[in-house]
Amino acid sequence: MNGVEDITIIGVGQTAIEREKPADTFADMAYEAVTKALDDAGMSIDDIDNIVTTSNDFWDGRTISSMAVNDAVGAGLGKNITTVEGDGTFSAFYGMCRILSGSYKNSLIVTHVKGSISDNIHITNGIFDPIYMRPIGLDSLNTAALQMRRYMAKYGISEEQCAKVSVKNHANALKNPYAQIKKTFTLEDVMDSRLIADPLKLLDCSPISDGAAAVIISGEESAKKHKNAVKVRGVGYCADAYFLGDRDLADANALDMAASRAYESAEIVDPLSEIDVAEVYDAFSYMELMWYEGLGFCAPGGGGKLIDRGVTEMDGKLPVNPSGGLLSGHPVITGGLIRLIEACLQVRGDAGDHQVKGVKTALAHGVNGACGQSHCVWIVGR
Amino acid sequence: MAQKQQDQELLQYESRIKVPYTWSVGEVGSRFLMELKENRKIWATRCPSCDMVFVPPKKTCTYCFSDIHEWVEVKDEGVLQTFTVVRYETPLIPGKPPYIIGIIMLDGADTGLVHLIAGVPHDKVKVGMRVKAVFEEKRKGHILDINHFKPI
Ligand SMILES: [Zn+2]
Repeated sequence: MNGVEDITIIGVGQTAIEREKPADTFADMAYEAVTKALDDAGMSIDDIDNIVTTSNDFWDGRTISSMAVNDAVGAGLGKNITTVEGDGTFSAFYGMCRILSGSYKNSLIVTHVKGSISDNIHITNGIFDPIYMRPIGLDSLNTAALQMRRYMAKYGISEEQCAKVSVKNHANALKNPYAQIKKTFTLEDVMDSRLIADPLKLLDCSPISDGAAAVIISGEESAKKHKNAVKVRGVGYCADAYFLGDRDLADANALDMAASRAYESAEIVDPLSEIDVAEVYDAFSYMELMWYEGLGFCAPGGGGKLIDRGVTEMDGKLPVNPSGGLLSGHPVITGGLIRLIEACLQVRGDAGDHQVKGVKTALAHGVNGACGQSHCVWIVGR
Repeated sequence: MAQKQQDQELLQYESRIKVPYTWSVGEVGSRFLMELKENRKIWATRCPSCDMVFVPPKKTCTYCFSDIHEWVEVKDEGVLQTFTVVRYETPLIPGKPPYIIGIIMLDGADTGLVHLIAGVPHDKVKVGMRVKAVFEEKRKGHILDINHFKPI
């Protein structure tokens, strides 16, 4: 066992993303995702030797919430179960590292969240420093608006260019059976949608969602010949400053570094040419443009022109978020793992109606923290 | 997945979570907030290694992990780097929407301070405009001892 070249993703499962799932407990959602992933891999729970669950205590309303789905993820008695609080791409990274340590062979990664059951303004205010930042009333929406304005001001990006991301991703979602919002929006619809926090409008924002997802990562030699085998070619992970004022919010420096690490391992020199499809963390429309830059699809400030040229449309050179992305359904925590699942399905040719033709190399991206504080980038391929 | 009974009434349960916390502000933060209270002055710390000046002040440098001991006063005015006009009501902000939140680079500082902007029609706020701190008359050692920043 040496490095990521020995790691294979062999099973994926996700629930439908919905505005709310009143009939499901957290355990019900997790169980659905896990059983789908096991079925997908043709495995039983006995083949799994360790489990990484992922959740957020504020969203669950429960302390050590990640341990509370123990039964539903098949941890039973005697299995090693560990937890991550953060985005699912980070727990997948941890699950991979556990295999690379030599201690485990097959990691089951599970994420769940319900955005529907509490107050997201209060919960996301809780992200911030209680002494200096919470009293100002910061939350995920108004801080995103601060970032959007800063990004637009520094690089001359227009609101229309940001809105184009929303139009594109909502159009893509029409073909994704798991997407929550399946509706066509025009540029005018986005531009005329209700102001949330200038310049952020309703249709620039991802919705509130419930959902769970699971992935099975294997270090077994035999996994490389599995019918679903998707090779991990590179993973990178990097965080930026916690205090918003300690970084220039217009630049995705941490993503740049995370991507560079993943590209180095995957031997990717020109990401725009060498990556066939990307699933990125579009929690807000403008973020997708910023992430193009951080991922090196274009130079800093070039995100607006990239979307103008149609490069990231389904029929473009590098389709981004063929699934419809988070703008079409955003279960926090689960969001990044769904990006990884979608990237794997694209590589396998199993993405159904939103399949991009001839995918050999796919990118998945997850974010944790306000305004893209930390990033995890996965390169997967055949 | 278990079969769902279509005719089954689905119950929900109200949370009773309400947990009080008492956060330590720390030595550095306490000095900063007490300067707001006692002297209406904004103090920062400067990293001895990379020279970055932090507002709010830091004890450890974000950029180079050095211990910071040096204090410097920064001006109570600076440049608005970005802002948003918040249109929704939240119990976390005193007052009614629309209200303005901004990030201000104070003169002499190298990091931005997140704070409220007021005293200006919301359609007249611009990135790059100069703003100045408006202090509360009654201050208690709190970040909102600065009530808001207003354009100058
Ligand atoms: Zn320093």
